[in-house]
Amino acid sequence: MTLKWFVQILTDYWPMFIRGAGITLVISITGTIIGGVIGLGIGVVRTTPVPGKGSGNLLITLKRIFLKIVNGILVSYIEFFRGTPMIVQAMVIFYGSAMLFGIHMNRLFAAIFIVSINTGAYMAEIVRGGIISVDKGQFEAAHAIGMNHFQTMINVVLPQAIRNILPATGNEFVINIKDTSVLNVISVTELYFQTKSIAGNNFRYFEAFLITCVIYFIMTFTVTRILRYIERRMDGPESYTLNQMQVATAEDMLRLNQQNN
Amino acid sequence: MGKIIEVQHLNKCFGDNEVLKDINFSVEKGEVVCIIGSSGSGKSTLLRCINLLEKPTGGNIIYKGENILDHKHDVYQYRQKLGMVFQQFNLFNNHNALSNCMVGQIKLLKRSKEEAEKIAMKYLRVVGMEQFINARPRQLSGGQKQRVAIARALSMEPDVMLFDEPTSALDPEMVGEVLRVMKELTSLGLTMLVVTHEMGFAKEVANRVVFMDKGVIAEEGPPEQIFNNPKQERTREFLRRTLN
Repeated sequence: MTLKWFVQILTDYWPMFIRGAGITLVISITGTIIGGVIGLGIGVVRTTPVPGKGSGNLLITLKRIFLKIVNGILVSYIEFFRGTPMIVQAMVIFYGSAMLFGIHMNRLFAAIFIVSINTGAYMAEIVRGGIISVDKGQFEAAHAIGMNHFQTMINVVLPQAIRNILPATGNEFVINIKDTSVLNVISVTELYFQTKSIAGNNFRYFEAFLITCVIYFIMTFTVTRILRYIERRMDGPESYTLNQMQVATAEDMLRLNQQNN
Repeated sequence: MGKIIEVQHLNKCFGDNEVLKDINFSVEKGEVVCIIGSSGSGKSTLLRCINLLEKPTGGNIIYKGENILDHKHDVYQYRQKLGMVFQQFNLFNNHNALSNCMVGQIKLLKRSKEEAEKIAMKYLRVVGMEQFINARPRQLSGGQKQRVAIARALSMEPDVMLFDEPTSALDPEMVGEVLRVMKELTSLGLTMLVVTHEMGFAKEVANRVVFMDKGVIAEEGPPEQIFNNPKQERTREFLRRTLN
């Protein structure tokens, strides 16, 4: 009887489920955050305007060459990590680092490392898209009051870009929660790996994995709800309050009346 | 009265298209100069070249005796001295009206938050937007946005105010409120360089009117001369077309 098995598995193995879910969350949260930071950095560098050719000034020419090289490296990184499966990257990095360099990575560390650089590659393009989508007038207005590229990014463009890419970032987050399951190939004790062990004890694959299915869904659903909340917070209130203190003087009232007429 | 900005032999090409051809002109302290001319005559490009949003292809721009096209010159420092008002307002969408007027003061002029707020409020009052300090740009009408944009530029306390067709993107009934604010500014003794299609405004407030045609300055002089007694045939032609 299936229902009996559900109860049985839950009562016997709930600490393993919880621990697995915990590891999954740790990997996906840290991975998404580090990946997001990598993506932000790369996105800003990749949208830095490259100065035009033939200015004659040595410093500008050097800057131009430097930016070109950096851009080349970043594009290779993005293309490589977007273009190969994470499950394969995990194998290559985890066993490769041990074989070639003698580095025996802690499995949890390796998992976070792999998810981070993988997410970073996707986030770099998402951030770049977010920056490009900010109206050109915003850059111009910031430049016109004397901000340089970095100040423009920090004070004006990135806050808007981040708001715009939040839905896409939420996607990445959800994908990461689910895709950490592939890291069972390097024996990280995340939720999928734990479930496999549990099911292996009693051969009740359906019951064990159905429970895991529900746990995954609860995690992803909670994350999307939280992100929606953050989006609304960033949008600010729909209405605004008038600053009434300032209209107290007669002159101001007079001017307000004139304007209304 | 000294020259604040002097443009010498300015050239600007977009690819093969020469938009500005050997422009020479200057703005003196306290002067209100209006630049008029038909679309595509290069007036906006000239204004954008002056604060280096467009990089001139050739020539010099002398600001207070220094050539700002010199590589050693700090572009960012120079731009802080010029207030720019755009046709499309370009208020910072992630800031409310008050903080639009404060962010430049705090980050660039290193003013304290209290001082920046005091100055921002002062200029928001000048443009009559002190009630709306909590509003975000998307909650304001075009005319209100442009008034906040003017206050933002004024809050940096620039030497020169540049206006790039400030009323062209506005609904007709909002043009008046922005022009009224700009007229008020002239009484504050600000140096203003205004690219505009509002002939009435130019006639009334300008000390000098510059008429541009096909990338050159075709005629310049006091408004009485340009509007009542134009010397050039093409000025007459342009005025006939726009005023009728």
